[in-house]
Order: sequence, then C-alpha cells, then structure tokens
Amino acid sequence: MRRVNKNRIKKDPPIKQVKQEKRQTTLAGGTLQDKLIAYRELHTKVLFSSLGRMIATPFSSIMTVVVLAISISLASGFYVLVVNIHQLTGNLETSNQISLFLRDEVSDAHAKKLSESIHNNPRVQNVKLISKEQALAEFKEYSGFGSAINTLKVNPLPIVLQILPKNTLTDKQGLADLLKSFQQMPEVDIAQLDLQWVERLQAIVEVAKVFAFIMNILLSAAVLFIIGNTVRLEFYSRRAEVAISKLVGATNAFIRRPFLYTGFWIGFFSAVGAWFIVTLIMLILRGSVERLSGLYEGDMHLLFLTIPETLFLISASSILGVVGAWVVLFYELRSTKLQ
Amino acid sequence: MIHFLNVIKRYEETGDVLRNISFNLERGEMAFLTGHSGAGKSTLLRLIAVMERCTRGQIIVDDQDLSLVKESQLPFIRRKMGFIYQDYKLLNDRTVFDNVALPLIIAGYGHQEVNRRVRAALEKVSLQGKEKKFPLALSGGEQQRVGIARAVVNKPPIIIADEPTGNLDPELSAEIMNLFRQFQQVGVTILIATHDVSLISQLNQRVLKLVHGQLVVS
Repeated sequence: MRRVNKNRIKKDPPIKQVKQEKRQTTLAGGTLQDKLIAYRELHTKVLFSSLGRMIATPFSSIMTVVVLAISISLASGFYVLVVNIHQLTGNLETSNQISLFLRDEVSDAHAKKLSESIHNNPRVQNVKLISKEQALAEFKEYSGFGSAINTLKVNPLPIVLQILPKNTLTDKQGLADLLKSFQQMPEVDIAQLDLQWVERLQAIVEVAKVFAFIMNILLSAAVLFIIGNTVRLEFYSRRAEVAISKLVGATNAFIRRPFLYTGFWIGFFSAVGAWFIVTLIMLILRGSVERLSGLYEGDMHLLFLTIPETLFLISASSILGVVGAWVVLFYELRSTKLQ
Repeated sequence: MIHFLNVIKRYEETGDVLRNISFNLERGEMAFLTGHSGAGKSTLLRLIAVMERCTRGQIIVDDQDLSLVKESQLPFIRRKMGFIYQDYKLLNDRTVFDNVALPLIIAGYGHQEVNRRVRAALEKVSLQGKEKKFPLALSGGEQQRVGIARAVVNKPPIIIADEPTGNLDPELSAEIMNLFRQFQQVGVTILIATHDVSLISQLNQRVLKLVHGQLVVS
C-alpha cells in the first residue's frame, strides 16, 4: 500500500493543521471538478436509493402517503371550493342592479310610463321592464316547475323593473339614496338592491377564505409532523448504519441526506396523490355543478387546480417533507450517542 | 502519532475509569493494549475515536489536540483512523463491496476511484471475487477481513482494533496479525486492544497494560 501525502504537512502547529487537514479531506477525490461530479453522483444515488427503500417497504410507505394525500386533498379541495365560489361572486358583481317589484294593481301601461320616467332620471343608466307574462315564461323555463305552473289560473308574478344605476360601485351613498327614492314610489311594492346579497355572499366567501387559509396552515403542520415522525421511525430502524457511518467519518450532512430525500419523496408522492383525489372529486362534481349553473342561468364552469397551483402544491409538500425530516434529524443527531 | 498526557476519564456513576494515562505512539509503531475486562481498554479507544471526551488531560492525534476539535470537525479526525471491531460492525443488508466502499463514499470519492480502491483493499485481505456477497454469507474470518478492508480502504495513518481476533481461531488470528504487520511496514500506526496473550507474545511488540484504569507497562 502506497502512503499518500498524509505526512507532508506534519510540521505545522495544531490549529493551522485543522484547516489544512480539512481542505485536504474535502479535496480527497482529486480536483474540484472530480469532487463536484462525485457530489452530484452521490446525490443522484441517494435520491434513488431513498426511493428504493420506500418501494422496498411498500405497505408502510403507501399508508403514510395515503394519510398525507387525504390530508392535503382536504386542504387543497377546500381551496378549490373557495376559488370556485369566488368566481361565482365575481360574475355576479356586474349585476348590481335594483329590482323594483311593482304592486299587483299596477297595469302594464302604467308600468311602461313609470319605466320611461325612471329612465329619464340622470342617475339611471338603463331600465328593463319585465312583464308578468315574460316573468312567468322565464320562471317556467328555469325553475323546473313548468307543468305545475300551467295549472295556475292567475299569474302570481309581479311586473319587475330592472334598473341599472350609473356609477354603482363608486357611489354607495348615491345608490342607497336612489333605492330609497324608488321605495317611496306608490307603485313599488319592494325595491331590492341586488348588490346586498352579492355583498353578503362575498362576505361569506371572505370567511371561507380565511378558514381555508387556517386549514392550510394546520394541514401543513400535520404534513410536517407526520413526515417528521415517519422519518424518525426510519432513522431508528437504521441506527446501526448511522453509528457505523459516523465511525468511519461521516459528517452529519452525509447522514442526514438519505433521510431528507425520504422526506422529499413522501411529500412529493402525497401531493401527487392529493392532486388525483381533488381532480377525481371535481370530475365527479362537474356534471351536477353544470346542471345547477344552468338552472341559475349562469355560465359557471368548474375550476380545477391550475398548473401553477398544482406545481405549488407539489413543491410546497415536498419542501415540507424535507423540512420535517430536517427538524427531526437535527434533534436525533444531537442526541445520538455512538455505541 | 497518538499522544496521551495525564489523561483522566471520570464517569459520574463509576468514578475514574482511566487514571493519569500517559503514553506516546510514534508513527509506524504497533502496540497492544491489554488488561482485564473493565480495566478501561474500550474507554481508551473511545477517547481516541472521540466518541467521548476525556475529563482531564490532553490527547493529541496526528498533531491535533482532540479536546480542541469542534464537533463539526470530528468526522475529519475519524477519517484518519481505521476502526476494526470484534463484532465487525458490518452492514448486513449491504454487499461486501458497499461495506468497504462506505468510507470512500463518505469522503466524496468518484465511483471510478471507489471501484479501484475497494478492489485493491479486498485484494489486500484476499477477498477478491466476494464483492457481491452479503456479510452474513461469509465466515467469521472473512467478515473480519471485510472489516479490515473497510478500515484501510482510505489509507488512514492510524488503525485502531478492538479485540480483532476475539472470535477467530489461532490460524485466522495469525493471518490477521500478519496483515497488521504489513500495514505497519508502510508506516501505519496501529493500536490493538486484546487479551490474547499468545498473540502478544508471538509478535514481540510494545505492550500497554491497563490495570484498574492505570497504565502499568508502556
């Protein structure tokens, strides 16, 4: 066996020696380039050996991944729900109109005159008159009660004036005044600002958004802890290997690496699983949502997770996996004593 | 190469396990560490491997004061030493090749270099052709030689062996001692803890004898 340059730096004082020795060890593989290649090789190898180890114990791996996938799909499914409702209210925002339901005794001709006079109001952009007959026809078509309505002798629906005010979003006070003036008209039974329920719905969506945010935080914490615990169990089952690696000079970074990759894989597969669960649920829901949307005369299309959202989901989950593993290993390595 | 100066190791529960140990092993020197069980042999080896730190005194390995070495630097100190154990401490779910390659992979060698060195080390201990076997498929003597190959594969200047022949018959023991002699001849410092008296007498090397934590012959 040929001795290599270990003796060369013998005469230096101890402190300096540490530095030199460190450099020498880091350069053990040869040039910096060799070293980098070796480092990359090592990472690739560990990446796949961690995967291989998960595949070697399919039952426990699948159980962990399924638990996590369901947790993540709850969070991201709720997120998608909020996004869809938000879309719905977004469409409605343009319809902030005032509906005037006229009294039953008001005749069609009177209603027409009234609508013309309202149209002359400078704060009104447009007025649309819906006669009793039109309203009934519309109701028949969309409510699904068509045959039941046919049996009615008297049309119970009132004449409706749909008024589109000017500057509706910027001038809330003006809108309220306008509404009040309509309410005081003798012909008007009910004056209803459609914006009110849109605002209420938006407020509900806001609450749901906050709730989704909190849920995402909680479930992220769950992912962190579940992966951390899985990695901890893995670490315990490989203690002998860890101890031996340490004895032959492994740094903590070297020992940590395969476990970090295990955390990464668990996070990755869980997110992919969650994506499939969410997408499957959406596919199941799509038919009925579109029918519902048709009933409400809406053009609502179910929004799925977009590609950026999917990428975010997968990378966030993978990163959480690595972080969870890292935190656990930080404590385990500190408390591990060599035997 | 290995320098102990008034080293004391004290445990809360058992008191002083090593008392005032001083000795010096030069580069290329081979020595036996003997003593009854519980005399402190293992503790002394653990101090050299920095698995524990001494309570008082100074241990200098390859010109580095071990008590000054930071935790993060310990791996680099350990890479200078090859450890050999009575129970081999092999990874039974890895092949012979992977076991021997471990220190090289840890030190960051590329796969060509790893291949070359592992083969050379296995040849040295006459285990060529057994790379793909698993440790449990080998005899005790062969497993011990895998352990030795792993200890020497990155050519450390120091070899520490803890009862390396404890489980082996005299013939195999002689074979292994022969290997140690060869390493010594190329300048490796070797410290062997053993209570195999016949082995010690055969080799006629320096003997460090521990009695109740004190060094009596050195």
